[in-house]
Amino acid sequence: MAMLATNPSVKDIWRWLEEVPDPEIPVVSVVELGIVRDVARDGDVIVVTITPTYSGCPATAVIAIDIEQAIRRRGVDDVRIETILSPAWTTAWITEAACEKLKAYGIAPPEKGAACVGALRAGMSIDCPLCGSSNTECISQFGSTPCKAHYRCKDCLEPFDYFKSF
Amino acid sequence: MSDNPTYEFALRMGDNSLVLGQSVSAWCGHAPILEEDIALANVALDLIGQTRMWLGLAGELEGKGRSADDLAFLRDARGFRNCLLVEQPNGDFGQTLMRQFLFDAWHHPMLKVLADTDDARIAEIAEKSVKEVSYHLDRSTDLIIRLGDGSDESHGRMQTALDGLWCYTGELYAADAIDEAVLTGGVRKIEEQYKDYTSKVIDEATLTIPETTFMHKGGKAGLHTEALGPLLADMQILQRSHPGAQW
Repeated sequence: MAMLATNPSVKDIWRWLEEVPDPEIPVVSVVELGIVRDVARDGDVIVVTITPTYSGCPATAVIAIDIEQAIRRRGVDDVRIETILSPAWTTAWITEAACEKLKAYGIAPPEKGAACVGALRAGMSIDCPLCGSSNTECISQFGSTPCKAHYRCKDCLEPFDYFKSF
Repeated sequence: MSDNPTYEFALRMGDNSLVLGQSVSAWCGHAPILEEDIALANVALDLIGQTRMWLGLAGELEGKGRSADDLAFLRDARGFRNCLLVEQPNGDFGQTLMRQFLFDAWHHPMLKVLADTDDARIAEIAEKSVKEVSYHLDRSTDLIIRLGDGSDESHGRMQTALDGLWCYTGELYAADAIDEAVLTGGVRKIEEQYKDYTSKVIDEATLTIPETTFMHKGGKAGLHTEALGPLLADMQILQRSHPGAQW
């Protein structure tokens, strides 16, 4: 049980949220993923603003509950979670440190500026997070969660997830 | 029909993604290979997520206290505003993919135009959705080309699918007063991009657009084909039998 906070600052709240893991990829936090957009006080109420990654991602509801619980279990009862759509979530908000953690976890981090724009794509090389080879191929743009694509390494022959640029 | 064009328009967008999302999700556990099974389920998930945003907005604009769920589960076929293309049956894998491609190729430029409209509520939903739909279009384009320009069997199936579905595409871009009110100058642009893109991809897939120029319409006004009723019955039975049931 965490210490009860009587009058936490916005900075304290941010620190607590940095410990809230993403439900699907627990090695990174919801803050590192850029899901938490703002923390503010509205009188006695703590207002946390979040944005969904993908509009149908089932983890979004779980994330809202996890955030609320992370704050409540420190003794703060008045919490409100607000959701905003714009600006739309982008993988550019994922921190460098989180990208390194993803890689160590076996997920290739998003390539910068490589988001799909709906045209026929040119071949894009994604390094294998396991052996580092760039000799890989895309099996499917849709992987185990909406945010990931499914790749295969042609050198170490292992399949891997790629956190697709978005 | 309501006299609020933005409400009607939000219903159309939401009903398109709802009906297609519901149909596509029926493939979960049945697709030809595991990767495609996962891809279809992911696309369906995106579409259902987008539905929540559009129908949520429609409910607010209507101002009668109806939620996105109320609109999805408690309207009859006559109240649905989706285009006829998305309610066409799944058929075989080729028909499902062709329907997806013919829809994505319209959905993408439509959302791009909407992301730039002055209506902030519509623009933010479109800005969010277009990123997802980019991946849908990328995938369906890739598969149309690979299967069209594939074996005799796959080519034949894709051509049959195109022959059966092409006559439902005209309704997508045929704009009425509601579309004009929301899209203003974007209407023509969407039609041009749609025709350019589909003809380019279909050509690359070594397929042929049917010669007929007849196009079905009616979905936007609530006049649907036979296929919508059974789909809604399947989707709505739980809420109709147990009103207000929740997880």
